[in-house]
Amino acid sequence: MDIRPILAALRRHRLATLLIALEIALACAVLCNACFLIVSRLDLMKVPSGVDESSLAQLRLDCDGCNESDLNARALSALRTVPGTQAAAVVSSLPFGAPSGYAGITLDPPGQAERHYGTVPHFYAGGPAAAEAIGIRPVQGRRFSSADFQPSDGAWLPLDAPVWITRPLAEHLWPGKNPLGKDFWSDKYHFRVAGILDHLAQPEPGARGVATAQWSIFLPMAPGRQLAGNYVIKAAPADLPRVLRDARAALIRAVPEGVLDLDQSQTLGDLRHRYFRNDRAMAGMLVGVIAALLLVTALGIVGLASFWVAQRRKQIGVRRALGATRSDILRYFQTENFLIVSFGIGLGMVLAFGLNLALMSHYELPRLPLYYLPIGALSLWVLGQLAVLAPALRAAAVPPVVATRSV
Amino acid sequence: MFAYYLDLALHSLRRSPVLTSLMVLAIGLGIGASMTMLTVLHVMTRDPLPALSAQLYYPHLDPLPANYPTNNDWGDPSDNFTWPDAMAMLKAHRADQQAAMAGGRVLVWPVQTGRLPFRVGGRYATAGFFDLFGLRFEQGRGWTMADDEARARVAVLSHGLAMQLFGRTDVVGRTVRLGDARFQVMGVTSEWAPQPQFYADAAGKGNYGEADRFFLPLATALDLGMSVSGNQASWKEGGKTSGYYTWLQVWVRLKDAAQVRNYRQFLVDYSAEQKRLGRFERSSQNAALYPLMGWLEHEKLVPGDLRLQLWLALSFLIVCLVNIVALLLAKFLRRSGEVSVRRALGATRRDIFLQFGIESALVGLLGGLLGIAIAQAGLWSVRHRPDSYAHIARMDLSMLALTVLLAIAGSLLAGMLPAWRASRVVPALQLKAQ
Repeated sequence: MDIRPILAALRRHRLATLLIALEIALACAVLCNACFLIVSRLDLMKVPSGVDESSLAQLRLDCDGCNESDLNARALSALRTVPGTQAAAVVSSLPFGAPSGYAGITLDPPGQAERHYGTVPHFYAGGPAAAEAIGIRPVQGRRFSSADFQPSDGAWLPLDAPVWITRPLAEHLWPGKNPLGKDFWSDKYHFRVAGILDHLAQPEPGARGVATAQWSIFLPMAPGRQLAGNYVIKAAPADLPRVLRDARAALIRAVPEGVLDLDQSQTLGDLRHRYFRNDRAMAGMLVGVIAALLLVTALGIVGLASFWVAQRRKQIGVRRALGATRSDILRYFQTENFLIVSFGIGLGMVLAFGLNLALMSHYELPRLPLYYLPIGALSLWVLGQLAVLAPALRAAAVPPVVATRSV
Repeated sequence: MFAYYLDLALHSLRRSPVLTSLMVLAIGLGIGASMTMLTVLHVMTRDPLPALSAQLYYPHLDPLPANYPTNNDWGDPSDNFTWPDAMAMLKAHRADQQAAMAGGRVLVWPVQTGRLPFRVGGRYATAGFFDLFGLRFEQGRGWTMADDEARARVAVLSHGLAMQLFGRTDVVGRTVRLGDARFQVMGVTSEWAPQPQFYADAAGKGNYGEADRFFLPLATALDLGMSVSGNQASWKEGGKTSGYYTWLQVWVRLKDAAQVRNYRQFLVDYSAEQKRLGRFERSSQNAALYPLMGWLEHEKLVPGDLRLQLWLALSFLIVCLVNIVALLLAKFLRRSGEVSVRRALGATRRDIFLQFGIESALVGLLGGLLGIAIAQAGLWSVRHRPDSYAHIARMDLSMLALTVLLAIAGSLLAGMLPAWRASRVVPALQLKAQ
């Protein structure tokens, strides 16, 4: 189809054409960035926890003034007798649960004049069999022996402990080097890397930026002071809700003077679901904004196209009288819409990138991947064609006899 | 004249109901979405304590070692005070009202048998806390500095906690068990919940919706080793009372500019002295004094998500306005014939411009009303979101007025170009064409 007459007609309606194109451009910019934001949120929500989530549940007990060893013994034996429990262990916290200890680390011993601050990872401490129960094992390095489970110094952790750290954390602390056997400190506590984990998410992954989601340390510790009251149980996924219910009841019976923290005593699936509810709400809101935006854009196209059809009724009649078919007229309006939308998309890509740059500087967002642009363009082309269809069909229905009528 | 134009506008809007409702819908959607976000931002950035905020200041010292990383993901540890520094601030007594404080969550044991203990958040503070922030007492009073010195086992409860524990508020003299210890109730405060909780540890961003349920003397809590919530940082060995462990907040009330100046100077002098003693390593010019609202800004207490949403809503509004411009243009140009007749009969360009301007404003008014409805629905859904700040999102009268104003101003602005174009219609040409 010859597009020259269309261009000539558009030139006579420069202002209206420009406005619609501008609207398409803005919609394109917002659409690409909003979609990108949604996908980033969804990506964050898929963060691997590193533990065997579907078959785990956490149980937490407050017991001020209890004897910790006695508490652990009673709790664990109660949990292990619940039918369906495959494993039970003491662990300081779990991903998506309440954090038990973020602490800053240094790469050189205390007392040194020049100190290198590492970062602030999260410390998980687990009793015997905890690592096996939650399903983490080092991809490099060694497992813990029973001699590794030292008691805490009374205030926090053992003064000297072998640890497993995640690969992203190791890469951050010692870029490009083999982290096995490396030492680091936190206050007076000394740690040595004994193994590397692929994944172990922080209890609040992404809360301090996506990059830090996996900055965790797992170390063996003898249950007792500083490691009591928080338990993990493992059961077949289908069985887990029932086992958790029974385990809660068993724990209350076994430790009547303690207070079960119901908020934290949940399956890991439920804890994850609750942790990400803000992100889900935000993603839902973005979807709403996108839908409303597309609706408004479509309304604009429908309105203007209807106006043009009404305005050109007579000319359409003349064309039809001179032999143009209905599909010629239909195609004319479709092509016209395609041209305007394409012009808008061209402008919109530039805007989308500009908006992304602004968002990047303000909200530490990553760069917009280029493949979002063609997807955004395609959806706007489709939207434009759908919006113009009704007015264009009305135009195609104009009978040739209109040409012979005076106004 | 105005009434006549209004009549014309109404007539014209009625004549093309589809186009009219398209325009009203577009404005309504844009205004509704933007106003929802603006309202949330408005309630979150408002003054948490309007009566006193102009006089409340947060001092800031920098006791960190020279090589401590400043731009970490954790906020600035020097936002909080060490115990010696906080006590030095209070002892110097350079402000009329002052207090040091820290937050904490404790297990509260029920008074009646058969109920379960529960965890609540509250504040450990020095005696000046209640006067400093102007808390009102329903019963009894706060503790004194002598109680602070004596590490007295006394407590002040909020109205809500007193009701929850005892079912009444005249409970002065009764005993409550918080954590491992028993405390004598000295007073019960009226409900007090500034939003955001500006005086708490700034790292606990999103301190919206939580109120302190109990208050204990800071020294007593420290003695009992009660757990402290919020960001705590240390860079050398030593416990909570050492000079290398930040965990406290200090607020002061200053009456006039001279007092503010003096206090700022005092902070710099204090830092310089500590530096001479070898305890501070950084410049004494790092000492600062923030007014309350300035502190909120400094700590960026408004969630980033919310600003992002505001940007989205505003760009959405712009798209809607561009849309209105296009639709109004179509609508006005369609009536070129009518314009030319009016022009031929003696109407000036100004008259035409005015007539279409009024029509745009009318569309804006209708869109604004629809926008209010949409914004109310939007706020309703925000209130049902799980964010901690969500439940305070409500529209006040000024925001309602702003909504309508924004809608009318927006559509007037949008109508400007089409109205101008319509007023440029050449009468003779149009008449001839007909």
